[in-house]
Amino acid sequence: MHSFSPPSRRSFGLRLLSGDTPGHPVASFLMAVLVFVLAFAPLLFAGTRAVATAARVAIFVVLAASYDLLLGYTGIVSFAHTLFFGLGAYGVAIALAGSGPSWSALFVGSAAGIGFAALLGIGIALLSLRVRAIFFSMITLAVASVGQVLASQLHDITGGEDGLTFSVPPLLSPSFHPFTEPVLGVRIDGRLNTYYLIFVVSLVLFLLLLRLVNSPFGRVLRAIRENEFRAEALGYRVVVYRSLASAIAAAMAAIAGTLMALLLRYNGPATTLSFSIMIDILLMVVIGGMGTLYGPAIGAALMVLAQYYLEPALQFLAELTAPFPLLSAVFQPDRWLLWLGFLFMLVVMYFPAGIVGSLRARGLYSQTR
Amino acid sequence: MTEQPLLVLKGVHTHIGRYHILQGVDLEVYAQRVSVLLGRNGAGKTTTLRTILGLWHASAGEISFDQHRLNTLDPPAIARLGIAYVPENMGIFSGLSVRENLLLGTGPKGFRNSRLEEVLASFPLLREKWNLPAGTLSGGQKQILAIARAMMLPRRLFVVDEPTKGLAPAMVDVLLDAFLRLKEGGATILLVEQNFAMAATLGDDAAVMEDGRIVHVSSMAALAQDEALQTRLLGLSLASHQ
Repeated sequence: MHSFSPPSRRSFGLRLLSGDTPGHPVASFLMAVLVFVLAFAPLLFAGTRAVATAARVAIFVVLAASYDLLLGYTGIVSFAHTLFFGLGAYGVAIALAGSGPSWSALFVGSAAGIGFAALLGIGIALLSLRVRAIFFSMITLAVASVGQVLASQLHDITGGEDGLTFSVPPLLSPSFHPFTEPVLGVRIDGRLNTYYLIFVVSLVLFLLLLRLVNSPFGRVLRAIRENEFRAEALGYRVVVYRSLASAIAAAMAAIAGTLMALLLRYNGPATTLSFSIMIDILLMVVIGGMGTLYGPAIGAALMVLAQYYLEPALQFLAELTAPFPLLSAVFQPDRWLLWLGFLFMLVVMYFPAGIVGSLRARGLYSQTR
Repeated sequence: MTEQPLLVLKGVHTHIGRYHILQGVDLEVYAQRVSVLLGRNGAGKTTTLRTILGLWHASAGEISFDQHRLNTLDPPAIARLGIAYVPENMGIFSGLSVRENLLLGTGPKGFRNSRLEEVLASFPLLREKWNLPAGTLSGGQKQILAIARAMMLPRRLFVVDEPTKGLAPAMVDVLLDAFLRLKEGGATILLVEQNFAMAATLGDDAAVMEDGRIVHVSSMAALAQDEALQTRLLGLSLASHQ
């Protein structure tokens, strides 16, 4: 490596982030808050709802970041990402529902779901050789729909529309209580174990994705996204890189699916395969900033929080403004989706490249002046 | 010339859609020489280069490079034979930093320090812009980056398409110096160039294209001295460039 940026002189933190920081103080602050809140959620919040929301944020960070590897770093517009998410979740659900709550069933189910998702990811990427752009996207949409229909129809395997409810290994079960009294004010139980399993796996996967996009492999992906002919003329086989990126993104999404199944101890078509989840992932990546990884993480946190807390927040505002009927009507909690759409429009207007993308661009502007 | 040419095109035809662009191109490029491909706009110069690189498929004819039939290979395989391509219109990756653009030219092993120092000595401005996105560079700087990227590894053939197109005279001089250094180092270059003064300074051999065919082959010195021939083949003479 040339002496301009020797990695050996980087701090441990910078090496952990593969030398890729959020790139703007505001984005760094948001990421620090996100990591801090997720790391200490069980200590910071009382009640299971808040901790379950934090777990959901962690899972969607991985899901959105893995989609960013496809969309933001490789330029592949796929609508089949929820299919991989569902495959991971169904792998765990089918194995645990069929074989009982053992670690071996959990590992076998996860491995099968993740492996199948990676193979399907390669298959879908190979399709992109034959069909381009919008036609490729349409095919991925069709593949995702087929997956959803199969999950609903193969009742004996997937539980059909009702889905599968299952028990998890005892260590992760809510009934697991090693201590009768809380430790440091926190009740140690299977839910807490599940939360930290989700948090640690999500953190490791996010750091792995950061490593990947900042490796020579990630550099070639970004080159392909900009101009695949130029990348080919430099000696890089576009099909190999695209297929690998697709397989890795699919495997990551499948791992996120296994985590979701463990969190809910249930999986059904609406939980992991629904097209509305695909829209959510797209919004998370676009709001946060494509091709930044940190952006989708922040986007995921904002979207999940909005889905869980925008309605109660509007309820609070409606009650606060009750003396003013017109204003109170504006804050009717039933209209939370309208407010979410309004907030989305504001983000697109003021952060056209997403929150982190636009903040980075501002930092760059001041650097080049 | 008794030695074997490094690159040979024999009766190469290329169709782009329903258009028949190359109509039987015959061309020879010799090792350690600068061969300049000249011709009016639309003569087929860029298509010739892109066909050599495999970016357009030759519909007939044969392209051979040191015993390898390029017609049967795809662009990555052709690039791995040691052929570097510098496309026209600043073929860099705008969203990647200057450093990352140069790294793309090194393959998986990364920078070799001596080579990097050599390239940065030729183009010191790249050192100043090291961590900036290549998209923030000026047109000339982008062109320099594209050429520097091609120089990051030892190459057997440089295929360069109109490097001075749209550049300020000062930047043209920087590029000319860089190509002269490459030439002194024994590089083989196939150059498409509209700037006849630069072509005459750099070139050893000249080939002129017209309507998808090579219509004239000579030494560059002979073409540079024959104003009537320049006017007939190119519509302009060297004198009009000075």
